[in-house]
Amino acid sequence: MYQKNSSISKGKDWLLIWLYAIIVIIGLVCIFSVEYKSNDDFFRNLFEFKKNYSKQFLFFGISIILATFILLTDSKFFTATPNLLYALGIALMLATFVVGRAVNGSRSWIPLGFMNLQPVELCKIFTALALAKYLSRNDTDFSKPRSQLIAAGIAFLPVVFSILQNETGLALVYFSFLLPMYREGLPPGYLVSGASLGVLLVVTLLFPPTSLIIVLSVIAGLSIYFFKRKLKRNKGLLLIILGLWLIGTLFVGVAVPFLFKHVFQKYQADRIFSMVGRDNPFIDDATATLNVTDPGAKKAKTDKENYNVKQSKIAIGSGGVLGKGFLKGTQTQGDFVPEQHTDFIFTSVGENFGFVGSTILMILYFGLMLRIVFVAERQRSTFSRVYAYSVVAIIFFHVTINICMTIGLAPVIGITLPFMSYGGSSLLTFTILLFILIRLDADRQMVLR
Amino acid sequence: MSVFNQSRKNVIRLVFVSMFLIIVIRLFTLQVITSKYKVLADDQGTFRKVVYPDRGIVFDRKNKAILQNTIIYDLMVVPAKIKGTDTTILCNILGIDTTEFRKRIISAIIKNKSYRPSVFEALLTEEKMAKLNENMFRFAPGYYLQERPVRDYPFDAGGNILGYLSEVDTNFLKYHKDEGYLIGDYAGKTGLERTYEKVLMGQRGIEFWKRDNKNRLTDRLEKGIYDTTAIAGQNMYSSIDIELQALGEKLMENKLGSIVAVDPKTGGILCMVSSPTYKPKFLTGAERRKHYANLLLNPALPLFNRSVTATYSPGSTFKTLQALIGLHEGVITTDFRVSCSGAFYGCGSGKPMKCLDRGTFDLRSAITISDNTYFATVMQRVLTNPAYPSQDSSLAKWDKYMYAFGLGHKLGIDVPSEKPGNIPTPAYYDKAYGKGKWNYCNFRSVSIGQGEVNVTPIQVANEMAYIANKGWYIIPHLVDSIEGGDKFGLLTKYKEKHNAIDIPDSVFNAVHDGMEGVVDHGTGVAAKVPGIVICGKTGTVENYIGLVKQPNHAFFCGFAPRDNPKIAIMCVVENSGRFGGTYAAPIVGLMIEQYLNDSIAGKARHDRVEQLSKLNLIPARIFRAIQTRDSLTHAKDSAYLIAKGYIKVLRDTMGMDQNDEDDALDQIKKAKEDEKSAPVKKDSSNKSTKINPDAILPDEKRKQQRDSVSN
Repeated sequence: MYQKNSSISKGKDWLLIWLYAIIVIIGLVCIFSVEYKSNDDFFRNLFEFKKNYSKQFLFFGISIILATFILLTDSKFFTATPNLLYALGIALMLATFVVGRAVNGSRSWIPLGFMNLQPVELCKIFTALALAKYLSRNDTDFSKPRSQLIAAGIAFLPVVFSILQNETGLALVYFSFLLPMYREGLPPGYLVSGASLGVLLVVTLLFPPTSLIIVLSVIAGLSIYFFKRKLKRNKGLLLIILGLWLIGTLFVGVAVPFLFKHVFQKYQADRIFSMVGRDNPFIDDATATLNVTDPGAKKAKTDKENYNVKQSKIAIGSGGVLGKGFLKGTQTQGDFVPEQHTDFIFTSVGENFGFVGSTILMILYFGLMLRIVFVAERQRSTFSRVYAYSVVAIIFFHVTINICMTIGLAPVIGITLPFMSYGGSSLLTFTILLFILIRLDADRQMVLR
Repeated sequence: MSVFNQSRKNVIRLVFVSMFLIIVIRLFTLQVITSKYKVLADDQGTFRKVVYPDRGIVFDRKNKAILQNTIIYDLMVVPAKIKGTDTTILCNILGIDTTEFRKRIISAIIKNKSYRPSVFEALLTEEKMAKLNENMFRFAPGYYLQERPVRDYPFDAGGNILGYLSEVDTNFLKYHKDEGYLIGDYAGKTGLERTYEKVLMGQRGIEFWKRDNKNRLTDRLEKGIYDTTAIAGQNMYSSIDIELQALGEKLMENKLGSIVAVDPKTGGILCMVSSPTYKPKFLTGAERRKHYANLLLNPALPLFNRSVTATYSPGSTFKTLQALIGLHEGVITTDFRVSCSGAFYGCGSGKPMKCLDRGTFDLRSAITISDNTYFATVMQRVLTNPAYPSQDSSLAKWDKYMYAFGLGHKLGIDVPSEKPGNIPTPAYYDKAYGKGKWNYCNFRSVSIGQGEVNVTPIQVANEMAYIANKGWYIIPHLVDSIEGGDKFGLLTKYKEKHNAIDIPDSVFNAVHDGMEGVVDHGTGVAAKVPGIVICGKTGTVENYIGLVKQPNHAFFCGFAPRDNPKIAIMCVVENSGRFGGTYAAPIVGLMIEQYLNDSIAGKARHDRVEQLSKLNLIPARIFRAIQTRDSLTHAKDSAYLIAKGYIKVLRDTMGMDQNDEDDALDQIKKAKEDEKSAPVKKDSSNKSTKINPDAILPDEKRKQQRDSVSN
């Protein structure tokens, strides 16, 4: 017995475990505060598992058991099985096309009786493992475009299925795998051009494409004018300028409209545009008549999106410096914020515990992330490091987007707050993600392949 | 290998830290800098509920509650919960059919949504309430009863004094901007409820509630630590004797007129009857609206408090005051005698002023038999008094006496809408006749209380208190004391004695002698009560509507007992015909007996009460007006027009607000009302719908009355 215990605790990063436990418990408290009505019998409800907080409590129990199993597993298991697991994940995702159930318009759930499983959530773990496995292979040279392409293929294959299942929000999460790839040597040029495209994308949302193309052309013309001496010496520069202009123009004029018309769901496009305060200009007549039966419906829909964000901002903003106190938030108790126990759980922290409470929670989250970065950097094996960066990237993406959407900095895409949002799928996924890392970290002296 | 890209971990850390800072800065602006969200959250998440305290209770002089609070019920419905209740039973109890039922449910859903309670039937009558209460278990939880506090009048008397509550209108809100009234609140509209609104209303409390996303109130905010409790209104002790009031109302049934009785020692009003009146319960509870419309449309103006608002010529009751002035000015003595040979010829033979009893009279007998010639002579002597340089100055002196007696100005009593009456001044005559072109003959009729002089019943009662006290009065008032102190200084003016002119007791004794004679063997023997020495004076007031002479008003005023006056009283019966002694005197006699002896003795006297109560003296013009109204109500639209007109008149007569601009306002309103009444007149094509009571004739018409003469 003693031997076993010591082997569980040996080398484990207790700081990560504590941070995890604290955040999950804060989440439980918040879910409780959302659901609590003054005449509830707390203990009875807790063990009847009919309330959300009691169910989440149950999931927490399951998570602890699962975490213990993971910690007892040999770390070689995780380096040995990624390909298999990845294949299983992809298979599960394909299975949803057959046995999947539609929840909120996205056909990405597999009913398991006691809970609904979302393979795209689970697949994050498998993808992280598979990516780590691929990048840690001896014969992978990540500086070669071929390897980069394969790594990207591993990371983004689930995205394709996810988008096909109408689950764009979670698909976006997979872009966080760019972070470990960057750490492993992906040229920053990719990220820089990606970021420029991002800026261009935001600008495209704000201004009509024609005027943007004019602006781009003017910039290209001006740079040709100013660099004309250099251009005489270096013809290649002209090509680069023209190439950039062409890419920008195509992006603005073709790629973005295509993205909004064919890749994003109409409601997602609407959300993104409601973020920047514009009506969706990319509704062509065909989809308009298909989706919008009466002219009021579209307005009502965007109003509803705005309503969520507005209520979320009211709840957080009314918290003040110290908050209204536990169970004293009028917005939380009055059920003003829709989906408050899942995607908008942060609003109850903001309202009940104010700026101080929210900041402490942020410190816990970013402390957890920076700790994982620290843990990642002390790994001897690439596998563990890549996996650690994958975990931190996923957590970062979730936390940032989720918090930003509650405070009106990001569009509302259904992304949970790790460890806190109600839901077994989300909690179990993040628990597994984190505890595999802790298990791998315990063997950080070993070179795992 | 891992060393190769080691520096990139710092880039990643930098990204994390900057994201952290972005979020924290955004949170800081949202939560600490911006206050907008706090306001929005309070707007939608909390509710400020005003808690209305119980209004103060009013007690009469024997500590009986005459105005208190009770509860009636509204039937509430939550449309979302009514599935499965037996609507037929409910419809039967409420006396409605299923179409009406459906209509009400639909309007409830439209107004308040189906999950919020709405009023299904407001202010249930006692009968419906009794039936519902037995069956309420059948209708739960979709229906429930909700309490609503209302005013209750245990004696069902004194409506015109106590007043009633009504919803505040925009005008009221304008005048009382900073007193915390909200639209939908109730405030005292007339009577004590209005004058003592501040005292009776108490202090409102505020409860803070949490509200949910469907606008339902859920919990107290922070268990009520921000709440302020409501403080009940202060109770008030009135000088009213409610039994006397009830008797007065009974005696004045089927008559137009008023009785006012005052305790001369304190100025406390013992009763203040205005007839016709209404049962105060009519204006509270279930059928208030119906009754109110009825009362408004009644041509006899039951909502009009004649005791303070109606002005009459005082008639012969005025002679007592002339006697006081004559004696005190020294122009006559108690032994001064005048003979009447049939009329007063002091002003030539144009229109002599008749006297009924020929003979020679001294002061006492002149009062006792109400001799016109005697008082015309007294007036002549007062105005031609050589002590004053001109008639102007002697009339000004006479006016001074009148003001000292409490006439010609508002007394300042504590029910609203008091009228000042009128005492003619030199300036008035200068204007009417030209400066220096008038002499006492122009107002000899004033000496006997006709013509330009106008008084309200409360002024006459006060004048009796003045005579009874031998030279002083306290402003008549209804409220003696306020439980917990007079915080607003409303009662201060009711503590001081008014004795502007010092007149010796001997003068009063002579007048008392004459007044005792009136009841003992003079014109007012009908007021006699065995065992009580009553001093009184009759009056028979001629009056006109336009140029048409109407039946006389009967006046009687007096006080008792002579030696230790406890009650000063006046009674007017409008258009009763006959003399003041005929109808007004016996009413006063019965009232004095009731007050001083606490009961009416003997069957004969009781029969007299019944007989007087049944006696119908309402003038024919009122019946004609009622007939016209009834025929008009068939055509709903014109009835509505009339109602509008009536409301206008009612506002006019009740006065807008208690201030000195009142009169100016009245002038404006009168002009407006003339415009308003014109189409009504045309509509009905009948003169008698003119609703101005003859007692408050406009100025021009008063002039035509000027030369009318009576005993």
